[in-house]
Amino acid sequence: MGRLAGFELSAEEWTAVALSLRVAAVATLFSLPPAVGVALLLARGRFPGHAILNGLVHLPLILPPVVTGYLLLIGFGRRGVIGAALAEHLGLVFSFRWTGAALAAAVMGFPLLVRAIRLAIEAVDRRLEDAAATLGAGPGIVFATVTLPLILPGILAGAILAFAKAMGEFGATITFVSNIPGETQTLASAIYTFMQVPGGDAGVLRLTLVSIAISMAALVASELLSRRIARRIETR
Amino acid sequence: MTIEIAVRHAVPGFTLDVDLRLGNGLNALFGPSGSGKTTLVNVIAGLRRPGAGRIVVDGTVLHDSAAGLDLPRHRRRIGYVFQEARLFPHLDVRRNLLYGRWLRGQGGGRAEIDAVVEMLGIGSLLARRPSGLSGGEKQRVAIGRALLSAPRLLLMDEPLTALDEARKAEIMPYLERLRDESRVPILYVSHSVAEVGRLAGEMVALSGGRVVAHGPTAEVMAGLDILPGGVTAEAGVMLDAEVVGTEPEWQLTLLDTAAGRLAVPSGDLPAAGRVRLRIRARDVMLALDPPVGVSALNSLPGVVEAVVATGDSAVLLRLRCNTAVVFARVTRRSAANLDLVPGRRVHAVLKSVALDRAMISL
Repeated sequence: MGRLAGFELSAEEWTAVALSLRVAAVATLFSLPPAVGVALLLARGRFPGHAILNGLVHLPLILPPVVTGYLLLIGFGRRGVIGAALAEHLGLVFSFRWTGAALAAAVMGFPLLVRAIRLAIEAVDRRLEDAAATLGAGPGIVFATVTLPLILPGILAGAILAFAKAMGEFGATITFVSNIPGETQTLASAIYTFMQVPGGDAGVLRLTLVSIAISMAALVASELLSRRIARRIETR
Repeated sequence: MTIEIAVRHAVPGFTLDVDLRLGNGLNALFGPSGSGKTTLVNVIAGLRRPGAGRIVVDGTVLHDSAAGLDLPRHRRRIGYVFQEARLFPHLDVRRNLLYGRWLRGQGGGRAEIDAVVEMLGIGSLLARRPSGLSGGEKQRVAIGRALLSAPRLLLMDEPLTALDEARKAEIMPYLERLRDESRVPILYVSHSVAEVGRLAGEMVALSGGRVVAHGPTAEVMAGLDILPGGVTAEAGVMLDAEVVGTEPEWQLTLLDTAAGRLAVPSGDLPAAGRVRLRIRARDVMLALDPPVGVSALNSLPGVVEAVVATGDSAVLLRLRCNTAVVFARVTRRSAANLDLVPGRRVHAVLKSVALDRAMISL
């Protein structure tokens, strides 16, 4: 790969592409379980603070990404309240590491993920869950064997959206973990860097094409997959 | 095996107040819509918590408000066949059937699974998805799924209501087999006199949240006029009958009933044995003299006992023919012309073709 009619990615460019894929994949995977939990709470829970939780989840969608990045820096930076504790007890460091880029991407994609899953949960016919209960399934088993399979298309759609968001995330990432080649320089920040240097146009074009290819591949894959799942669980 | 249900449940504008003791076999819970039938079965299944009450099935207390005891729905072992089959769309028929069984950790028991599959005639559907099944097939699978979860009691909430007449006729024989072959007691909810009459040994009539009648189906049906609204159109009686002969030339079968001898179309009726016959009030014509020159084959002498209901244009009369009660629905005008008052001697005239297979259960 990389050699396509005089179209060759440099090692630095490859690193940025690989890092972006890794950051987006890790961000999506790790935010899935909490997103399902929060979506369940929002879709079915009745508790004081429901509106506040809903607002918090959606905040990254509305705030300028720089603000989100700055808040992450305060919270998860080396001297941040949470960041310091995590570094001390778990050895988990976010600031100026690729893990920080993944955290920023996860936070930015979280509202999209939760929204998609919440819609899927609200569309589940709860009478099927009642039926499962009369057959002997406790709440946990009902969720695992009935609810989860039925909301799978929604989870998938949300995951694709979050992955796409993570691939394209720029503002919060560069604010939180800067733009360090090989560590935190993702596709977006690499393109940004190339645009700042004279003669970087070719690099910008190459990475742009790579971005388009990855995005299209993800969208087509999600379309095919969700069509297959939908056919499998077609209701009535 | 006994089932005790004492429940008081009030919601704005409606109070369910029921105290029942049911035995084995198929018990029908009958009543017009809004009478509280579904609420009651939901309370039994644990899908709805009653305001107060005590429910005991086969010695196991499912709910006791006074003792603060409420067994969660998934531990009750109450099979539930819903009006809409509610099959799991993401599982094939086999996995749907085995769902409850798998949860109870009874994966084995090949013989029992085969028996249920055979009884319901769903062997050819096992690999299919619910979305590809007809309404009747879905409902049979739903019954199998509930049965295979080894329930203490099987609740069936109007399982035929969502089906058209052809599908109902298709599934009815399977319900009769279920009643006769399964040892699980069944509580069958319905607002159809035809279904209850054909299936139930005992019935409970519910109206406005209260039990208005409870007993052997034939007896309760004979007194159905106690039920308000909408019932008279389907009013009728169930009679036990014995096949006493056939007229092969005409394809007719002769039945002896407590009301007298009746000729009915033979169809697939056995040449001997006992059947149950339903006579709908609207199929009964009345004559003052023994009818002559009439095409109807059956004429039963009797006496008008009571006018049980009067509608805009029709009245429902209760007759006694020999030892049996028969209902007749005639126009108000005929009742006036013929002076059909209590004590009047009449002949109940019945067309044989009206007593077709749908009216007879084996």
